[in-house]
Amino acid sequence: MGHLLEISNLKISTPRGKNLVPLLDKVSLNVPKGQCLGIVGESGCGKSITATSLLQQLPYPLRVTEGTTAFDSFQHGKVDLLTLPSKKMRNIRGREIAMIFQEPMTSLDPIFTIQQQMFEALQFHFPRMSHKEMLDKCLSMLVKVNIPRPEQTLSSYPHQLSGGQLQRIMIAIALMNDPRLLIADEPTTALDVTIQMQILDLMNELKESNDAAVLMITHDLGVIAETSQHVAVFYAGHIVEEAPVMELFHHPQHPYTKGLLKSISSLSGDSNLLYAIPGIVPPGGSWDAHCRFAARCEYASEKCLKDVPALTEVASGHLCRCFLHRQEVEA
Amino acid sequence: MKNYIIRRVLMLIPILLGISIAIFLIMQLIPGDVVSGILGIEETPELRAMWEKKLGIDKPLVTQYFNWISGVVRGDFGESFRTGAKVFPEILWRFSISAELAILACIVAWIIAFPLGILSALKRNSFIDRIVRVAALLGVSVPGFAFATLLILFLALVFGYYPPIKYVSLMQNPLKNLEIMILPAIVLGSSMAGSVMRMTRSSMLEVLRQDFIKAVRAKGAPERITIMRHAFRNASIPIVTLVGMQIGILMGGTVVIEQIFSIPGLGQYLLTGIFQRDFPIVQGTVLFMATIYVIINLLVDILYTYIDPRITYS
Repeated sequence: MGHLLEISNLKISTPRGKNLVPLLDKVSLNVPKGQCLGIVGESGCGKSITATSLLQQLPYPLRVTEGTTAFDSFQHGKVDLLTLPSKKMRNIRGREIAMIFQEPMTSLDPIFTIQQQMFEALQFHFPRMSHKEMLDKCLSMLVKVNIPRPEQTLSSYPHQLSGGQLQRIMIAIALMNDPRLLIADEPTTALDVTIQMQILDLMNELKESNDAAVLMITHDLGVIAETSQHVAVFYAGHIVEEAPVMELFHHPQHPYTKGLLKSISSLSGDSNLLYAIPGIVPPGGSWDAHCRFAARCEYASEKCLKDVPALTEVASGHLCRCFLHRQEVEA
Repeated sequence: MKNYIIRRVLMLIPILLGISIAIFLIMQLIPGDVVSGILGIEETPELRAMWEKKLGIDKPLVTQYFNWISGVVRGDFGESFRTGAKVFPEILWRFSISAELAILACIVAWIIAFPLGILSALKRNSFIDRIVRVAALLGVSVPGFAFATLLILFLALVFGYYPPIKYVSLMQNPLKNLEIMILPAIVLGSSMAGSVMRMTRSSMLEVLRQDFIKAVRAKGAPERITIMRHAFRNASIPIVTLVGMQIGILMGGTVVIEQIFSIPGLGQYLLTGIFQRDFPIVQGTVLFMATIYVIINLLVDILYTYIDPRITYS
């Protein structure tokens, strides 16, 4: 199957004094057409900057220092998103690649009505569209994302709506022009638990009907289980494990992934205590030349403190960055 | 909204009453009075008594105040002690001059401040940003009279140009009027520009960090629309507050600058009134300035509701 997006050796750094401190270290990923790739990891491990770099929206003063991408654009052919001139980038944003953000409450401009902001998504790409056409399109999108009373919603301001409604509107805006790739950066994190499931169901449904690929960024393995076909686990700026979703949940190889799975609260679990991985993610700039997880790993041996393990295939389509995995496979 | 405006206008009454009493008392504290100014060395007790009776300042303070304020309520601000001319028409005429100067100064300030403030925020920490920030600091910190003097000297010594001294009104000769007004407008405008530029820069930086800017760009927005329609409009609330206060102050006339460029504005009128202990002039002018200031603040508060729909008054 062809890949819609290929990311190779992506490295993102931030200047500190005269040096460049890496925040994301040689990440390679593929997003297949029409599928959902999940990226999971704790805060600060480089998930979000991976996503924002794809639309050339890295926050100041971060910058891409290495790597290429290949995106299959229907307007411009195969392009490298990281170096695309800004004019072509604008054609792609919102048309071929759309993004949903973490905070629906702050992702809409507070001083414009929903209608004005939904219209923009059309106007930027189809400046000649008539008012009537835009209105019809926006109403149908609002119906698609299950907004009750769409006419009334269109004339509302963001502060008059709830977080769940706003996230539905953000999804409607994102899917307005049938993008080929939807980047969802923690789309449910800021929402009530009761709303989260509805939003994920909605995204799955719309992904199916639009045949869009999704890059789902989350710290919640539950979200991954709901949405993704393939998962990459990020830790301290690089991928530590990558596998098809069922494989990852049933045969996790990396001790970090195991820790993440263990820390999902379970109703049937016999322990009342929530499991937590001890320690914190080492921040960029403090990555020594050994396994970055070693300090928190209960299986760490001397070797782990001497060398950086490579990302190697442990089973078909299953990559893991750990010295231990071979013994475990044998055992 | 309507109720809010009515309430704000009604609140003006106690404010103005307070100001008028304060100014009245302060004027009594200044040594010397208008009579000794008029009579000079020819002063005799008889002449003094005659003048005091003529001007009505022989009566007790409370009576003097009430005589004056009851006139004000009827729209009569009294006559100048010195010239006997009605104060109110003079204030209106001079206000038109100060207001024109204020508007010109704002135009100068905004032409400089908005583009440079926005540019400086967009190109943060670049060479341009540094230049703009130093310029803004200069604008804020160099006193108007110093800049005015340097400007006049510079034009005279380098170009042999001397600004006209005799005031010509806008109606008589617009071009000549502009020639008179442009230098003080540049001086006032550049000091306004400094603070507006700093406010624009910091407010824009604040807004540009917000999620919705990322979201607007993610929709495929051209930079111009992202910056002007979304970022600048959101950033404009603190800028409007600052600009409103500046206009309020400028409309009341600027004593020093009007003096330097011999512009017969409100500030100059007030200064003359104070020097000559011409109580009706001082009292009337200050009251008028306070009213203008309060009205402009009210307009700014109303303007907020147009900029940001989240702001409502009830």
